[in-house]
Amino acid sequence: MAAIYSLYIINKSGGLIFYKDYGSKGRMDTNDSLRVASLWHSMHAISQQLSPINGCSGIELLEADTFDLHCFQSLTGTKFFVVCETGTQHMEALLKVIYELYTDYVLKNPFYEMEMPIRCELFDINLTQVVQKDRVALLGR
Amino acid sequence: MIGTGKIKQYANVLDKPLGKGKQEVSLSAFAFLFSELVQYNQTQVDNISELETRLEDAGYAVGARVLELLCHRDKGNRRETRLLGILSFVHSTVWKVLFGKVADSLEKGTEHEDEYMISEKELLVNRFISIPKDMGTFHCGAFVAGIVKGVLENVGFPAVVTAHFVPVEGQQRPRTTILIKFAEEVLRREARLG
Repeated sequence: MAAIYSLYIINKSGGLIFYKDYGSKGRMDTNDSLRVASLWHSMHAISQQLSPINGCSGIELLEADTFDLHCFQSLTGTKFFVVCETGTQHMEALLKVIYELYTDYVLKNPFYEMEMPIRCELFDINLTQVVQKDRVALLGR
Repeated sequence: MIGTGKIKQYANVLDKPLGKGKQEVSLSAFAFLFSELVQYNQTQVDNISELETRLEDAGYAVGARVLELLCHRDKGNRRETRLLGILSFVHSTVWKVLFGKVADSLEKGTEHEDEYMISEKELLVNRFISIPKDMGTFHCGAFVAGIVKGVLENVGFPAVVTAHFVPVEGQQRPRTTILIKFAEEVLRREARLG
């Protein structure tokens, strides 16, 4: 069954500001998640330079044997990426929804400092709802 | 002289009729503006109660102006003189104009005669705000409490108005209650009027 393993949000300098894992596989402790985040940030930047096509905006999808990694970069350089089971559908749409939640519940929160780790209750609640709904929709198919 | 088109030109801008105004304003724009208001005030104060006071003062100014506008537009320059009248004015008309819907409920306090409560599942101003744990009982609804205070005081019903979170079983997010405590003279006058 298609499943999400984890979600990462990194700020424009590559620091991890949000990490959530959803259970089955790919759990990481704090240090490892920070390493993956900065690793991905660098790879994303390098890929932009290496690309043979002009105006490339970086890696959007990484397919491996045991997982897929979908990445979405906003216009401001904030990157949302999700590690999921191979062949999971509609991850781009999910990332866009998560971006919308970010702009609503994180950026409109007066107590959130830009580029700092996200500690917003409302963001967590709504994120759980969205992923839950997504899971239910996937299982129903 | 040939007419200047459909719009009637007024010599003095004060003679122009007070329009209905824009019915809809962008929620995001308001949310960002309010967020900035809170952040700005945070830099100016030393503690949480001062921050609440500042938000309340900002709301007070809004309340005073909204009252004048509504009395002129909707009520035909008449104002309420009875307690229940003014409370339902705040609960319905003011809420409708500011937030697009009437408040969820209006209750009379059980413990004290002079207390009334307007409850909302979630205040519009708080829609996108998550209070960090270390801020304790701080409530951005102090702004709305200020609005209510501004309306009530300028209509002749002085009161102390505060906003509180009330936990509800079965729900993760607490409800918000605006607690209105009227001054002595209001109750005496009300009793006199019978």
